Amino acid sequence: MDALDVARWQFGVTTVYHFLFVPLTIGLSVLVAILQTRWHRTGDEKYLKLTKFYGKLFLINFAMGVVTGIVQEFQFGMNWSDYSRFVGDIFGAPLAIEALVAFFLESTFIGLWIFGWDRLPKRLHLASIWAAAIGTNLSAYFILAANSFMQNPVGYRFNPDTGRAELTDFVAVLTNKVALITFPHTLAGAFLVAGSLVTTVGLWHLMRHRTSPDTDAYRYATRFGAWVVLISSTLVLLTGDIQGKIMTQVQPMKMAAAEGLYTTESPASFSVLTIGSLDGSREVFALKIPYLLSYLGTGDPNGTVHGINDLQAQYASQYGPGSYTPIIPVTYWSFRFMIGFGLAAAAIALLILWTQRKGRTPTNRWLLRAGLIMPALPLLANSFGWIFTEMGRQPWIVFGEMLTRDGVSRSVSLTEVLTSFTAFTLIYAVLAVIEFKLLIRYARAGVPDVTPTPDDTDDAERPLAFAY
Amino acid sequence: MELTTIWFLLVAVLFTGYFILEGFDFGVGMLLPVLGRDDRQRRVLINTIGPVWDGNEVWLITAGGAMFAAFPEWYATLFSGFYLPLLLILLALIARGVAFEYRHKRPEASWKRRWDHAIFWGSAIPALLWGVAFANIFRGVPLDADHEYVGGLIDLLHPYALLGGLTTLGLFLTHGAVFLALKTTGDIRHRAGTLAVRLGLGTAVVAVAFLTWTLTIRSNPAAVVLAAGAALALIGALAAARVRREGWAFTGTALAIALAVATLFTALFPNVMPSTLDPAGTLTATNAASTPYTLKIMTWVAVIFTPIVLAYQGWTYWVFRKRIGVQNIPQH
Repeated sequence: MDALDVARWQFGVTTVYHFLFVPLTIGLSVLVAILQTRWHRTGDEKYLKLTKFYGKLFLINFAMGVVTGIVQEFQFGMNWSDYSRFVGDIFGAPLAIEALVAFFLESTFIGLWIFGWDRLPKRLHLASIWAAAIGTNLSAYFILAANSFMQNPVGYRFNPDTGRAELTDFVAVLTNKVALITFPHTLAGAFLVAGSLVTTVGLWHLMRHRTSPDTDAYRYATRFGAWVVLISSTLVLLTGDIQGKIMTQVQPMKMAAAEGLYTTESPASFSVLTIGSLDGSREVFALKIPYLLSYLGTGDPNGTVHGINDLQAQYASQYGPGSYTPIIPVTYWSFRFMIGFGLAAAAIALLILWTQRKGRTPTNRWLLRAGLIMPALPLLANSFGWIFTEMGRQPWIVFGEMLTRDGVSRSVSLTEVLTSFTAFTLIYAVLAVIEFKLLIRYARAGVPDVTPTPDDTDDAERPLAFAY
Repeated sequence: MELTTIWFLLVAVLFTGYFILEGFDFGVGMLLPVLGRDDRQRRVLINTIGPVWDGNEVWLITAGGAMFAAFPEWYATLFSGFYLPLLLILLALIARGVAFEYRHKRPEASWKRRWDHAIFWGSAIPALLWGVAFANIFRGVPLDADHEYVGGLIDLLHPYALLGGLTTLGLFLTHGAVFLALKTTGDIRHRAGTLAVRLGLGTAVVAVAFLTWTLTIRSNPAAVVLAAGAALALIGALAAARVRREGWAFTGTALAIALAVATLFTALFPNVMPSTLDPAGTLTATNAASTPYTLKIMTWVAVIFTPIVLAYQGWTYWVFRKRIGVQNIPQH
């Protein structure tokens, strides 16, 4: 084990952890904004209750996304300083723009929304949650544009005098085809998480309180969340399909690694499941769908999909001797887990909607159990998706330009990076337990009472509408 | 003006904005156990910064991002070189941010006490370490010809750097006390005002010593004027705090922080991180910079969006301009 390995583990752990909270922030900000808009339009108190209820869960999660995000901003410089030097001319710009354009909008207006219930006119207060939601969703675009440069570098040239990659076309970086498709895919994945949470919590209360004044609110929430899950899972599939074709063009090795496809095939079949060794030398059981991989990768059922061995040979002659193959079991299984967990969430959502058809109330205990694990499924799908896409990029940190091992900070010792890795892992683990328990506690508490308190005190004496 | 100079200025402005805004957040956090005698009082203190602390912290993220975009070498050398202090700052900011949000989420006194510790240490550690870090940036650190940091942790704990840490700690404490005097009513307001004067006197001594030492390391006439201005602003702030002119006192401490940061950056220019070993290792606004093309794009982005951000952040402060006191804290 050396500093490089630990730095990679730290980046993996802190990033996957950060992205447990981000999807919920991205999705739930919009869903809460929609609920508040419904209240604004209809005046129906049920929507106000749901806004406040899910708003509270949103904020418990939001704090974690914010504080773990600060680490991400500085980790490039701390642990990947040679990478930062090499790509800073290109990579820094979207990060700076993300902060200036998106994070300020998000953080400022979230403060206005939290504390502004009685300080702002209703319309402005509603606009605040929308501004925060827009800021959050916008931030995803800039960071994904930065990440897409690592997958498919565009709009730059290598300057041999300075030894770094230099920006030549910023519009090309922002309209990188990988970024354009990864953005909707990631957002849809985020709404899958948010929709699942809304559904789960709604369903739990609906099945507990069959006849309470709030039954109607929970019924609405369950259906609303389930529809969000269904729509976003459809979008995840559609965008994922396009993404697969782009990936086959720009990172063929990643596609081959996703499939464990060692030899070039035309037509290529899609492996649903393989038991045994992935290189086919000891295949115990394999379920394959003919033509499907060719179709997924190229759009043509008879299209050629390049295999790992051919690509390895090609890269070795292009970039010099060395291994250019990712860790195949990691890419193969993370790709399958991503798809599998995502589909499972969609299936449960469909089931929940079916059991509620024509205003029925679901009663099956198994449905409730399935519903309760539902938010974990898209979270896992998101995490495996990121593990797949980043591990599938290896050994490159910038595809075709810089190897991961060349990007690490030379001045940071093994002891230092072990210290930070241990510290982040510990504090993150503790906070995860605290956050999870709080979410459960506030999810159980149910929708709040929104009857306005009689306003007989003057303004200076009146309690704040919200206080920490 | 050259683009690299503009970006040197912008990075300086972003860090100045960060220290002014999060400076009083840190001060409030550190004064929590001092001025908050019971839970309701502590909640008053926290709620003075409740709506704004997150937006204030984004100044740091933007400063870091701007440094990365405009001066990648500076960003890379600084954050890999100051690894452990920066790690401590990050851990502190994590604990503190979560603490604000979670402290009131459970009723138990032990739960709140733990988060109060997180808020205190999460404010005190960065308040001290930012001063240590900037004093080191200014004084210079061991950088080899590749601009790699070759020193250890101990090289960052030079007496000058520690004095820098005490200076930011004192300035933020004073700034926070003045802010609380400005934003609260009743007993807390009174005690915060009294404390501000006392803290400010100690801080003035430390800050003057630090700025004088700074000017002996490297200096130019503009830096001397700025340093003198910082001292005057701080003294003016204390005078205003003494007669309970809290608005003026806050303007004074904000100005003192701005001028002190400006002193460092002005005397530092055109270097951004001098090397104490090999002069070839010194990072300057020129050799650390991105290409003119990148800087030009970023300049346009900054020109368009900075005024917008300032407008809505300023408006937030206007929305939450009212003082609060224990009577405004809801029962639940």
